[in-house]
Amino acid sequence: MNQTIIKYYYGDYGDKEMPSGAGQHSPVANEWPLWEVFIRSKQGLDHKHVGSLHAADARMAIENARDVYTRRQEGVSIWVVESKYIHASNPDDAESFYEPANDKVYRHPTFYDLPDELTHM
Amino acid sequence: MTTQELEKNFQDKVDAEVRIEPRDWMPGKYRQTLIRQISQHAHSEIVGMLPEGNWISRAPSLKRKQILIAKVQDEAGHGLYLYSAAETLGITRDEMIEQLHSGKAKYSSIFNYPTITWADMGAIGWLVDGAAIMNQVPLCRTSYGPYSRAMIRVCKEESFHQRQGFESLLVLSNGTPEQRAMVQDAIDRWWWPSIMMFGPHDAESTNTEASMKWKIKRFSNDELRQRFVDMIAEQVKLLDMTLPDPELKWNEARGHYDFGKINWEEFWNVVSGNGPCNKQRLDARRKAWEEGAWVREAAKAHAEKRVLREKQQAA
Repeated sequence: MNQTIIKYYYGDYGDKEMPSGAGQHSPVANEWPLWEVFIRSKQGLDHKHVGSLHAADARMAIENARDVYTRRQEGVSIWVVESKYIHASNPDDAESFYEPANDKVYRHPTFYDLPDELTHM
Repeated sequence: MTTQELEKNFQDKVDAEVRIEPRDWMPGKYRQTLIRQISQHAHSEIVGMLPEGNWISRAPSLKRKQILIAKVQDEAGHGLYLYSAAETLGITRDEMIEQLHSGKAKYSSIFNYPTITWADMGAIGWLVDGAAIMNQVPLCRTSYGPYSRAMIRVCKEESFHQRQGFESLLVLSNGTPEQRAMVQDAIDRWWWPSIMMFGPHDAESTNTEASMKWKIKRFSNDELRQRFVDMIAEQVKLLDMTLPDPELKWNEARGHYDFGKINWEEFWNVVSGNGPCNKQRLDARRKAWEEGAWVREAAKAHAEKRVLREKQQAA
């Protein structure tokens, strides 16, 4: 079910059309690796994905993330992870993948019919 | 699923305002259109730093210099948000840079005009960024998720760009006759190129129809241009200046300002590479890229060395 994000290398986008989803992998020799950036906007909140950037290593990725994504104090903490280490579920499988939760309405509080007089519940 | 079913699925999602994400199936043309549009937008941000960079060392005060640096820094940031959004579609950063440098990819032709006086900095903020914002606000709701998120970030930051520009012109317009003349001259030079920024008339715009169906675009070029003209025609009064268009006139029946004919010959001429600064801009980009090559290589070598050193220490 889980698989690494496939980067679709698209090549000459102006002239020919490629069937989406089917790209060939052409490693780029000189490009710095791609990093995904996650930022905690303030203490008590989750880190949230904000975008990606290129950097030679993790230290540079964090510094670049500071310059690119927190010019107006948008964050108090930064996580970076090399994009190639992100594993993702496949959107094409979404229906069957999430199906087990579909018919379990009794997991929600609204499933239960209770008298209006009942308060604080 | 057949391609037709996939396409129907895709269009249903778009119609229901469900955002398309990188790993979702999408028509090849949709991917292509987005790559073209987002990368051109990114290039425009990056090239857009050049006309303003020209004035950083000549800003009239420390305050104006700090503002200008912050604005140019934002533009670098906006370029990076957009490049990273385009990369989710499968094109690499290096490919995009290569397309810019070879002239294959375009950028907004407004940046091929020179910045002759200090008032140009104000006029660019007010008119050029104003026009850009008019285009960008609807893009916050564009159908492709990463593009939409990048645009939300850009729009949040862009509003200061326009405000500082107008404020700077307002200060000059309350100054000496020479300063007032400088403001009027800047408006005269930037007005027409600014309204050209919305692109060709709807009838001549080749990409509009598909982009509207896919909800990449929400409004046509002419709709957005009209909104911009209506807005600026009012704002210019606060500067006690005029726009260089004798045909500009409020049309009660339409509820809009009428305006004169756009010189499309000039527009296409600049787009195709013959504007006053096309060569200078691209030369500057190529030079920066080539002269930065050793930095990129050195950083990579340094990172590799550090990994090696850490391994040795661990052993």
